Amino acid sequence: MNREDFPILQHDLIYFDNGATTLKPQCMIDAVVDYYSNYTANAHRGDYDNSLKVDLLYEGVRTKVQHLIDAESSNEIVFTKGCTESLNMVVFGFMKNYLQPGDEVLITKAEHASNVLPWLELEKKMGIVVKYIPLSETNEVTMERLEQTVTSRTKVISLAQVTNVIGDLRPVEQIGEFCEKHHILFVVDGAQSVPHMKVSVRDMKADFFTFSAHKMTGPTGVGVLYGKYELLQAMEPLEVGGGMNSFFESDGTFAYHDAPSKFDAGTPNIAGVIGFGAAIDFLQSIGLDKIHEHELELKRYLVQELEKVPGITVYNKEVDGAIVAFNIDGVFSQDTAVYLNHYHICVRAGNHCAKMLKDEIKVKNTCRISFYLYNTKEEIDRLIAVLQNKEELYNTIL
Amino acid sequence: MDPQLRREIILNNYQNPYHKGFPEDDENYIRIRTNNESCIDDLTILLKVEDGVIQKIYFEGDACAISTSATSIMASQFEGKTLQEAKSLLEEYEAMLDEKPYHEEVLEELNAYDEIYKQPNRKKCALLPFRAIHEVLKQNGIE
Repeated sequence: MNREDFPILQHDLIYFDNGATTLKPQCMIDAVVDYYSNYTANAHRGDYDNSLKVDLLYEGVRTKVQHLIDAESSNEIVFTKGCTESLNMVVFGFMKNYLQPGDEVLITKAEHASNVLPWLELEKKMGIVVKYIPLSETNEVTMERLEQTVTSRTKVISLAQVTNVIGDLRPVEQIGEFCEKHHILFVVDGAQSVPHMKVSVRDMKADFFTFSAHKMTGPTGVGVLYGKYELLQAMEPLEVGGGMNSFFESDGTFAYHDAPSKFDAGTPNIAGVIGFGAAIDFLQSIGLDKIHEHELELKRYLVQELEKVPGITVYNKEVDGAIVAFNIDGVFSQDTAVYLNHYHICVRAGNHCAKMLKDEIKVKNTCRISFYLYNTKEEIDRLIAVLQNKEELYNTIL
Repeated sequence: MDPQLRREIILNNYQNPYHKGFPEDDENYIRIRTNNESCIDDLTILLKVEDGVIQKIYFEGDACAISTSATSIMASQFEGKTLQEAKSLLEEYEAMLDEKPYHEEVLEELNAYDEIYKQPNRKKCALLPFRAIHEVLKQNGIE
């Protein structure tokens, strides 16, 4: 759907790497160019027309994000440079002060590096304990397994809402309910969920929630950190400077703004945030429910067609989502990706930054196909035709 | 090189690699883990150097057809070379990959990568195992 809105699709290109980043619609590109061409000015700085316009648009996007994820207030929305920065802020700006040595943080081996390494840093530096919730046979998180892993020292559960290799949707509302009851903070990485479905941070009772604009038709370099307001107020800014302070004096006294402004040190990514606003409008004009349905239909179709090709293993057949992880038996995933590239089919090969997942799925690298709204069944048919011809793989790539 | 021959050399070394798997006395070897920046190719290479000669090379790990075959060919061609010979052979190979003048006759099966420069993302794969040779030369003060 809406393929005509994406200028890059005028080229001969089948883009199946949407889990990494998505293509950009003209309306988003136009919004960025319009800012640079017609009303460039800094935010929160001046009293002239263009500066005021920038303020209105920039803050307007905060409100759009608030509604997108169903936050209570736009003051709970912090702009960052991406989901990775958002998660780092949660860990090093808040958890570092909140947690004590011996406190437990639960994650899984399916998490993305950005939801693993910050915690491992804290484990190494201050002696918190990182524990892994064991995954089910289908590589999913169940309430039973989660509850069995929780102890009296568990202070945080940090999970992706949708994982980036298996693509499974975690039962976040149940987990949030459980966390609230047991006074556990719930951190949710929404990088692979917000682009593909309606989410509500209030329904899942998330304490922190993070995602990136570029995985949802927005520009690179923009992300979101949502936090419950009192938690954001308690969180330290990792960067300080202009735009976030109330005063500083030569006697050494200083004070910072309230959240979210205290996290806006320096000139923010104004063009990016404005472009992100256009991307949100674009997705909402189509409808996230409709996008979600479309992707599920594509996934089911792809799994069904892949089953007709002998010698292919799919690792996440059972899971409903926008992602299919597979390998051609006996072929290194990167060689498969290079082969598909000969036919202008873009897929990602590797561990997809989930380097511990190999312990669970018993395979280190996979080819990942991740869909978005503009993908079609015809594209899948072209992929299948190329895969059916896979005995030509080495003749093609060598 | 003739495309058919090139393919045969690469595929043969990929599917039946030379010295893939570690030897029993692996503690007597220099161990080098090479990771590609693309973060997929992951090979561990073991080299035994005695009396200024590379006696044995073994490797283990998961990597693409180009990396694996290049490691296999490296292992077979660099065994028995003095460190000085290894250095000049490596220079010839890197010259070929960088499209500089080189001596085709000394490279033997390594000539299979003579057109890899046309695929910049694969050049890294063809160079990956040779980091181990660089490391050995460095450790012995030759680089």
